[in-house]
Amino acid sequence: MKKLLPNTRKWLPKMIFILFILAVWQFLFKLNIWPEFLFPSPKMVTTTLIGGFKDGSFTSAITVSFRRLLIGYSISLLFGTSLGIFIAGFQIVEDTIGPFILALQSVPSVVWLPLALLWFSMGEKAIIFVVVLGGTWNMVINSSTGIKNVRPVLIKAAKTLGANKVQLFWKVILPAAVPHLITGMRLSWAFSWRALMAGELIGSGDGLGQILMWGRDMGNMSLVITVILLIGSIGYLTDNFLFKKAESVVLKRWGLNTE
Amino acid sequence: MNLLNIKGLNKNFKQEDDSLLKVLNNINLKIKEKEFVTFIGPSGCGKSTLLNILAGLIPASSGQVMLKNKMIDKPGNDRVMVFQEAALFPWLTVIENVLFGLKIKKIDRDKAYQKALNQLKAVHLDNFKDSYPHQLSGGMKQRAAIARSLVLDPEILLMDEPFGALDEQTRLMLQSQLIELWQKTKKTIIFVTHNIREAVKLSDRIIVFGSSPGRIIAEFKIDNPQPRNRKNPSLIRIENKILKLLEKEIKKTG
Repeated sequence: MKKLLPNTRKWLPKMIFILFILAVWQFLFKLNIWPEFLFPSPKMVTTTLIGGFKDGSFTSAITVSFRRLLIGYSISLLFGTSLGIFIAGFQIVEDTIGPFILALQSVPSVVWLPLALLWFSMGEKAIIFVVVLGGTWNMVINSSTGIKNVRPVLIKAAKTLGANKVQLFWKVILPAAVPHLITGMRLSWAFSWRALMAGELIGSGDGLGQILMWGRDMGNMSLVITVILLIGSIGYLTDNFLFKKAESVVLKRWGLNTE
Repeated sequence: MNLLNIKGLNKNFKQEDDSLLKVLNNINLKIKEKEFVTFIGPSGCGKSTLLNILAGLIPASSGQVMLKNKMIDKPGNDRVMVFQEAALFPWLTVIENVLFGLKIKKIDRDKAYQKALNQLKAVHLDNFKDSYPHQLSGGMKQRAAIARSLVLDPEILLMDEPFGALDEQTRLMLQSQLIELWQKTKKTIIFVTHNIREAVKLSDRIIVFGSSPGRIIAEFKIDNPQPRNRKNPSLIRIENKILKLLEKEIKKTG
């Protein structure tokens, strides 16, 4: 058994667990508590999943959603990091804007949607606006924390090596803050993704969220569940394979993870 | 010829209750070119503060420091500092760390690389030039930090308890290597430590600091040639004298 695959011990329990979930699902389906169109079987969902990719509707919906996500996410990174730098650099900005950011962070960004829909006359911009709000605040907090926590001895060393203020910022403070920045990017991505889905449910256009709403309107719960699975999988895959990997490389390089 | 001239230097820190804490009181000191000078004293005697003032990292409250004919009022790569924690930039490789100051000096790329490589050879780290700091041992990190400073060819090398965090074995080895480097480069070195034996082994001149307020209480010149045998009776005599002085200072502050 040991010689099968080096990672067997890792993925075998996961596989068994997934099979277990499927079995419970199938069992509940067989109990007939809800009618079939309200509680579809694993098989029906699988068929919907394959069908949706075959006719291209999922692929195009994911493309539409990702376009909005990437635009909104990029703006939130840029805006959030700049604001974070200002907060870290100027006490007056910290004292005035700081508490405000914390309050804003506790507002789920989708609650801005009704306003955004009026401001941007429905459509694309309103959803992107909500995505930006979803990702920004975390980035502000993480970038300012990262910059404030640069080890003072690194700054002193750079100064005695002749660095001026501009060089100090670009060559020392910003790179030293990268571990916090990466964590901020990861959290912002997760929050942007949630905001996007919430925005698409209420907003318009052809994203994943809209397909889910369409499934509800048509009474097609198989489609609803399929889209939920897709949303979860995409979130998991990006976090696990993109951001966690990047984060672990950075932590190791920066000497923060001695594993 | 005097390289560094410290005249009537005072340093006060403002405490939380707004009262002033006198950290350095009327420091007068001249340091010659190529001299190896060590500041020693109990913790809180201001020896590190003085080093930071010489580096230009913090301002003096009054008095002045002249380097040749120039007043010191800000950091500069003519006075590079080596810290107790190596303070290497963790995102740069060893050689990129050594190149850091050269790039700021805008030295031609190929020339800078050759300089950095030679300096790494001098501290026996050329085989590790592409390693990252987290892959190095404490002693290797400190050697890299020394290389990063020396490559700038500074007038003065300032060292703030550079071997304080190392184990005894590594510390002894680095002391010998530092002496070798010093004899080769003939740099002026100002070295801060609280280890008496280290001070006696390395220095041409030892400045003993007393505390509250920090001030110079004694000075010892050591003429014994390098490398020194620490069992030499004249060195042991100096060691004991410094020990007595410091014991008195520590008792005073309780």
